[in-house]
Amino acid sequence: MYDFAYHKPKSVADAAAAVKKASDGKLMSGGMTLIPTLKQRLAHPSDVVDLAGVSDLVGIKVDATGVTIGAMTKHADVASSADVARAIPALAALAGGIGDRQVRNRGTIGGSVANNDPAADYPAALVALGATVTTNERKIAAEDFFKGMFETALKDGEIVTSVSFPTATKAAYMKFPNPASRYAMVGVFVAQTASGPRVAVTGAGPAVFRVKAMEEALAKSWSADAVANVKVPAEGLNSDIHASAEYRAHLVTVMAKRAVAAAG
Amino acid sequence: MTISVSMTVNGKAASGNVEARTLLVQFLREHMGLTGTHVGCDTSQCGACVVDVDGASAKSCTILAVQAEGAKVTTIEGLAESAEKLHPMQEAFREHHGLQCGFCTPGMVMSAIDLVKRNNYQVTEDIVRHGLEGNICRCTGYHNIVKAIVAGAASMKAAGV
Ligand SMILES: Cc1cc2nc3c(=O)[nH]c(=O)nc-3n(C[C@H](O)[C@H](O)[C@H](O)COP(=O)(O)OP(=O)(O)OC[C@H]3O[C@@H](n4cnc5c(N)ncnc54)[C@H](O)[C@@H]3O)c2cc1C
Ligand code: FES
Ligand code: FES
Repeated sequence: MYDFAYHKPKSVADAAAAVKKASDGKLMSGGMTLIPTLKQRLAHPSDVVDLAGVSDLVGIKVDATGVTIGAMTKHADVASSADVARAIPALAALAGGIGDRQVRNRGTIGGSVANNDPAADYPAALVALGATVTTNERKIAAEDFFKGMFETALKDGEIVTSVSFPTATKAAYMKFPNPASRYAMVGVFVAQTASGPRVAVTGAGPAVFRVKAMEEALAKSWSADAVANVKVPAEGLNSDIHASAEYRAHLVTVMAKRAVAAAG
Repeated sequence: MTISVSMTVNGKAASGNVEARTLLVQFLREHMGLTGTHVGCDTSQCGACVVDVDGASAKSCTILAVQAEGAKVTTIEGLAESAEKLHPMQEAFREHHGLQCGFCTPGMVMSAIDLVKRNNYQVTEDIVRHGLEGNICRCTGYHNIVKAIVAGAASMKAAGV
């Protein structure tokens, strides 16, 4: 790892200023993605701005319309929150299935969505539930937020402050984890939302995507059988040592079936 | 950039001047000489480096020493009461042959203790197997590690630790 200057501001405004002032500043939340990246020298920031001192970024608020999670809230805390489990049980379950215990003890929702790893779990929940990402500058709908592989709508130095999820009448997430890292080889989040059924897929493509054909089938009949015959084309999906694009395409239907069954 | 850090390690005040890039595991091993915490990978996956930071198990290879400023850190060296009296979880690993080469063991024991406490001292084989997702062992096939942790949970409860 190359050395850098370290900052630990106490407010979002100070954090934004510190990143702006640096020649190549990077924000750090849990560090569970950033530190491995620095260790491999895949990034070489001049400055690292640690958000751990910004206490108002931590916390979970639940009301009748939904759940708002502060950017610095750890996966373990979302997973064990009784309020989240009551409002959107699928969201608590998703957080409890991220990586392993030690990753969940430090990794945060803000870091996860900002990073937009193609195999990350949260993006599927955000897109399926129609969540909104709040930053220090604006509000961004989930579908406009995730742009492509490791690419988001965030501008340089823009800070995610919270994510708001509306509740759904039914929802479930099923993933086929990579057995070593627990990242999603394929993960499918299904939800019956105010605007109809939504199906969001992570792990399979360069970034999270919706499967409209499955959503239409579920609008006609909410059942595992309805999605069982909807095939997703393998073209453009990820292919690596763990799984071919064809295998991932097949898994999308399998995970979607399981998710609809689990959502009840 | 050199920064001075202070934290509590195994109940004692510890401080030093480190580069910003110094990992917690390097601080523990190289600055403090606590070489019980191991490094088994560079991808944050193996768990050989697990220590307790403010009551939560964490991979010390994926934390900067400066992030642990002011924290209470417990390493494998901080568990046993004395050279003669091991922590009940360490004793359970010995009793149930939960190790072969021993490289993964410090991390396994640290993860196990966190797991047992979080589950109110009631663990099943299934809970243990899932709870060890962040710890890799190249030797044992896990079977005896799982046995040791289930037994260790009961002895921790009995010993009130
Ligand atoms: C072994 C292992 C297994 C894992 N398995 C999974 C898994 O199964 N599923 C999964 O989803 N994830 C997994 N992860 C990733 C984990 O969830 C990370 O915690 C997460 O991706 C990044 O969150 P972080 O808080 O650690 O962010 P950091 O590593 O601190 O930051 C990640 C990136 O986001 C930027 N950033 C951080 N916070 C903000 C913010 N508030 N606003 C704007 N930009 C910001 C940083 O500059 C950096 O580029 C795994 C990680 C490891 C090491
Ligand atoms: S050395 Fe920390 S996880 Fe492998
Ligand atoms: S005992 Fe050798 S790696 Fe676990």
